Amino acid sequence: MVNQVRFVRRDKVDKYTNIKVKLISIVAAFFIMSLFLIMLKINPKDAFIGMIKGAFGSPLRIRQTTIKAVPLIITSLGILTAFKMKFWNIGGEGQILMGAFGASILALFYNGFNSTTLLLLMALSAAVFGGLYALISAVLKIYFKTNETIVTLMLNYIALKFITYLQYGPWKDKKALGFPKIANFPDKALLPNLLGVNVGWIIALILIILVYIFMNHTKKGYEIAIIGESINTARYAGINIKAVTILCVFLSGALCGITGFIQSSGVNGTLSVEIAGGVGYTAIIIAYLSNLKEPFILIVSVLFAALLQGSSYIETSLKIPNSAALILQSLILFCILSSEIFTTYRLKFKD
Amino acid sequence: MKKIAVFLLCAVLIFTFAGCSNSSNTQSQKEDKKVKVGFIYVGPIGDGGYTYAHDQGRLYLEKELGVETIYKESVKEDKAEVEKVVEDMIDQGATIIFGTSFGFQEGLLSSAKKHPDIKFLHCSGYETAENMGQYFGKIEQMRYLTGIVAGLKTKTNKIGYVAAFPIPEVIRGINAFTLGVKSVNKDATVKVVWTNTWYDPAKEKDAAIALIDDKCDVITQHQDTAGPQQAAESRGVFSIGYNSDMSKTAPKANMTSAVWNWGPYYVKTVKEIMDGTWKSGKYWGGIEDGVVDIAPLTQVAPENAKEAVEKAKEDIKSGKLVIFKGPIKDQTGALKVEDGKTMTDDEVWNMDYFIEGVEGSIPKK
Repeated sequence: MVNQVRFVRRDKVDKYTNIKVKLISIVAAFFIMSLFLIMLKINPKDAFIGMIKGAFGSPLRIRQTTIKAVPLIITSLGILTAFKMKFWNIGGEGQILMGAFGASILALFYNGFNSTTLLLLMALSAAVFGGLYALISAVLKIYFKTNETIVTLMLNYIALKFITYLQYGPWKDKKALGFPKIANFPDKALLPNLLGVNVGWIIALILIILVYIFMNHTKKGYEIAIIGESINTARYAGINIKAVTILCVFLSGALCGITGFIQSSGVNGTLSVEIAGGVGYTAIIIAYLSNLKEPFILIVSVLFAALLQGSSYIETSLKIPNSAALILQSLILFCILSSEIFTTYRLKFKD
Repeated sequence: MKKIAVFLLCAVLIFTFAGCSNSSNTQSQKEDKKVKVGFIYVGPIGDGGYTYAHDQGRLYLEKELGVETIYKESVKEDKAEVEKVVEDMIDQGATIIFGTSFGFQEGLLSSAKKHPDIKFLHCSGYETAENMGQYFGKIEQMRYLTGIVAGLKTKTNKIGYVAAFPIPEVIRGINAFTLGVKSVNKDATVKVVWTNTWYDPAKEKDAAIALIDDKCDVITQHQDTAGPQQAAESRGVFSIGYNSDMSKTAPKANMTSAVWNWGPYYVKTVKEIMDGTWKSGKYWGGIEDGVVDIAPLTQVAPENAKEAVEKAKEDIKSGKLVIFKGPIKDQTGALKVEDGKTMTDDEVWNMDYFIEGVEGSIPKK
């Protein structure tokens, strides 16, 4: 009789097991989701088909999915850059907000340029603000040995409260009759569209290539990887760890900052507390599921965006509550993420 | 090897998606030519208050006209978000779209410009376009009536008002309520706290508790949920609800509620649009249209209240009682509306000051 089950670490994780576990986890996710949907008296088949239709069923829906995928891609690239060095940047959310803030200063108050120049300056400002905001955690880590996970996480809240302060206080739009919102950007500070979606998607594709080249084919990218593998090796090889850390974390924050620029200039048309909307956290999951590989970030982000767009679609088409749609999203995630434990450990049955 | 696994996982997902989407093509053809009406809500339909009231209207519309409706809950008051939801709804065949929260205005207006063939109706805002109308009701009439109930009930002469945003709609309601209180109880004051949210049950409740701690013994609200009612119930004080009849949520506290009855308006408007007689404009109905009402007084309401409320209600209906009629003084005691003068609709719509008897302040613009 089996009376005890233990987790035993696998000596090595082979391809076959990995695929098997992932597939089982997806099947399990769909099974649990089906049970949940049946509880809601909805035919699971309708729901799943509805999600796919909602994400890819028409040119408009594909555009909506793309709009959702762009911030996920760019932010995940930012997270990946830091994670490669085993610098746990949980602060994407705050860096997006500060990036959007950097872009907004120009768009709202110093916009005396032509559109192209203004947009380029806004992107630059967003990258610098996002990068510098991330640097706070790097500097604290280098000089005071603080834990960057905690620091970046807490900085998210500071950024959020800062933008809230602006929205409810000094930057509140006087024309909104007391409703707390920041004034809209002038038209020339808005990203133009290409194929019906703001050009953010082109920026995202270019950034994937740039980050890929930087991380895999440049000296600095190599040094980042070495520090991530073993800090002692890096030291022995004579790498200037402080300098590389600062560069790497700045780039990580700058990429997140660019997300803030695209969201404020291309999607919202202004700065608001809603601008990051959890992207900074979702990006961590995406970077992780992509196994820190740039090309996979594209695929996983698109699938993620499809999941968000698809579940939003079935909310209206099948009239399921908003909260139920969120549960469906979380179920898929939960199953895929928790399956990770079975790829690194196996179950040992003792009798 | 992990990357290969992830890649395969993605491939599998993509193929499943692709495979399924082929088989689903037949489904979309089934969608017939029925008029489809979309509703954009700021909270969940189960909020027991504001969104619930609109959703009751939606169900009434479905029942009366047999049109098809779709809705989306908990949409953020954010331009991009609203535009996205509108696109999704049009994509799903909606030709008439109701947006039920103030903060949807910008998104609806820009969508209206983009889709001249779709009709947009926005609740509680001020912007209109050829294909976008505004609608709201004179809930202040009901606020006045509930103010009478509160004024008669309070012992501490302090009434707490949990309010969402410092915008004219809310300010107007607070002033009307205070006038109602004052009409029966000159000594009572109405204390206001801002939550800066329409929908946040916990925050609304906390705000009410803070007011109760400050010796308020009647609580009312301009919020979407029954959170403040529950606070009153748990602290053993009394309350007045808003949006829907909230007596079930707080049976020992709730005395009455100022309620919305959107059904008839939705039916009338959608019918007009279908007949082609609809014209853009600002609808602002009162008790005479039945769009606003006061919920039946409960057992905890003061005994003499019923009579006073009935009388005032009749007077409002007949036009004998006008809520915003001078003399009206602001908080500093300055005369804002002269004796015998009535405020114009526009003045009422843009009210941005508190009247005498309100305790609290409006953040500077």
